Amino acid sequence: MAMQSMMQPGSSSPYVVSNRRAKMRQLQSRLLWAATWVALSLVVLVIGDILWLVVSKGMHGLSVTTFTTDTAGVAGGLQNAILGTLSLIGLSLLIAGPLGIFAGIYLALFARARVATAMRFANDVLAGVPSIVLGYCGYTMMVEKWGWGFSVLAGAITLSVLTLPYIVRMTEASLRQLPKAYMEGALALGLSPASALRTILFRPALPGILTGLLLAVSIGVGETAPLIYTAGWSNFNPAMHLLKSPIGYLTYVVWTYLNEPYAAAHQLAYTAAFLLILLVLLLHIGVRFLQRGTRTSE
Amino acid sequence: MKISRLFGRVFYGTTGFAASSPLLLLLLIGGVLLYDAWPAWEYQGWSFFTGISWNMGNMYASGAVTHHGVQAAPGASFGILPFIVGTLGSSLIALVIAVPIAVLTAFGLVYKVPVRASAILSPVIELLAGIPSVVYGLWGLAVLAPFVQNGLGPLLAHLGRIIPYLAGPVGTGLGMLTSGLVLAVMITPVMIAATRDLLMQVPRLPVEGALALGLTSAESVRYVSLPYVRRGVFGAIILAWGRALGETMAVLMISGNANNYLPPNLYSPISTMASTIAALLDSALTDFTGMAVHALALIAFTLLLIAIITNLLARVLLQFGHSEASVEV
Repeated sequence: MAMQSMMQPGSSSPYVVSNRRAKMRQLQSRLLWAATWVALSLVVLVIGDILWLVVSKGMHGLSVTTFTTDTAGVAGGLQNAILGTLSLIGLSLLIAGPLGIFAGIYLALFARARVATAMRFANDVLAGVPSIVLGYCGYTMMVEKWGWGFSVLAGAITLSVLTLPYIVRMTEASLRQLPKAYMEGALALGLSPASALRTILFRPALPGILTGLLLAVSIGVGETAPLIYTAGWSNFNPAMHLLKSPIGYLTYVVWTYLNEPYAAAHQLAYTAAFLLILLVLLLHIGVRFLQRGTRTSE
Repeated sequence: MKISRLFGRVFYGTTGFAASSPLLLLLLIGGVLLYDAWPAWEYQGWSFFTGISWNMGNMYASGAVTHHGVQAAPGASFGILPFIVGTLGSSLIALVIAVPIAVLTAFGLVYKVPVRASAILSPVIELLAGIPSVVYGLWGLAVLAPFVQNGLGPLLAHLGRIIPYLAGPVGTGLGMLTSGLVLAVMITPVMIAATRDLLMQVPRLPVEGALALGLTSAESVRYVSLPYVRRGVFGAIILAWGRALGETMAVLMISGNANNYLPPNLYSPISTMASTIAALLDSALTDFTGMAVHALALIAFTLLLIAIITNLLARVLLQFGHSEASVEV
């Protein structure tokens, strides 16, 4: 960053004899940085346009009834979808959270280098598996073969497979960045690894672990493909049954209601998109907040 | 003492099991898909990848025909070449557009944008990476498709005299070009973030040395910074490519979902492999022989293999490049 002052275009020394070649090189330099600015403004323009579209069109539809009524036909509110998204996410965190955190602990503290490399690779591949593939597997196994039907549990388990790799990765990273002396000192004092973790390592690693969880939530909130064939869709609030009762979620509204030929349905789709972006924004602010916390404590 | 030792053992075992769960899940997914897909492979063989027609056969026939020992409806054929072409076409368009823009933007963010402005821009770009894919689909439908239909499409179609593939008709704006553009928007932030993180790791001395030797700032970027991060950037590109290949919802919303023909021009409706699984599973369930579902499983298995290969490739590039410049993507 501090290089900037030195890297102004055409900052060649005044003692260089000006000739055609030098002019050409300066021109090239200017051109590159001009292209950079064009690219940068294009990116900013697109971000702005996406946010503007969703905010300007989604704001209109937002009212108290959005949160208090269910979707009905092509209109209504989003209560069922909001509650559905929350219960899917909550349940998937209950599954992927402990599993991912334990996995991260093992990778950071116990695993031998080779084993850790293999496990990390499997984790990365799992993160890269297209979400529809997970949805398909969830469908054939849980919905069909095990006879769960479209259900909260099938949706939540599929989501937790999807979000698990991010939790593992962040937990491992946050434990690894702690000074080695923490662990070694604790072991030298006779603590077992488990109690060293609980009493010493856990606190400083906590912001990183929470970041992983928030990241997982923000990814899970935005997913659609793995849920279509596992959670199904329902116009009603989540019934408190884990199996055989389909459940609504926000992304489904964006996807399907946009194809309906009614203005009210389109409005609902934009409102749902607005809520999704708002949710993702809040989660990102949360992540920033946590990261700032770690930086000052170091 | 004994209890605490037992607890330690249990803790070690539990975390070990948890850590192997991603691998176990991958094996489980691979196994399930392979098991599900096998009949389709028996039925169709290599023509699965080269056939053009996706046809579940006569659903009203009185009985199934047996072919290579597996049952399917009469006249059924499952060829996914159009989906492969759609997947490759849209993702390559995305890469061609996104790579230069992302790399240039990252250069700008690291070397040109004032620190304060980049402190605002960086989180915004990261937010872009977190936007749900249906929202990108929404934007594609509302903004990009009309733009392609009325603006970009006709403009490019003028070039059709030189490059035949660009010739019209432009159609509704739902098709390969729009899908490629939306995919480009989706993978750009990920690549920007990765490239920016890599550039931050370039040691300062060589760059300053290059400037001191009289290189222009652009030359120092070209000959010092870029070689340093090149492999890492390639790795990030491949990971982004993998993401574009597997993207489902946004493509499903804007690709036009065409079956059974190869796209004759840049604007024609397509389907990708991932979007096909989402689009056709409902109808495939009506196949009384179950063969259509098996064929979808074969597509899913192919996608799984692609995910493994792209990750492997990216990892190799990221790890055996400059060991100092590595990045988590």
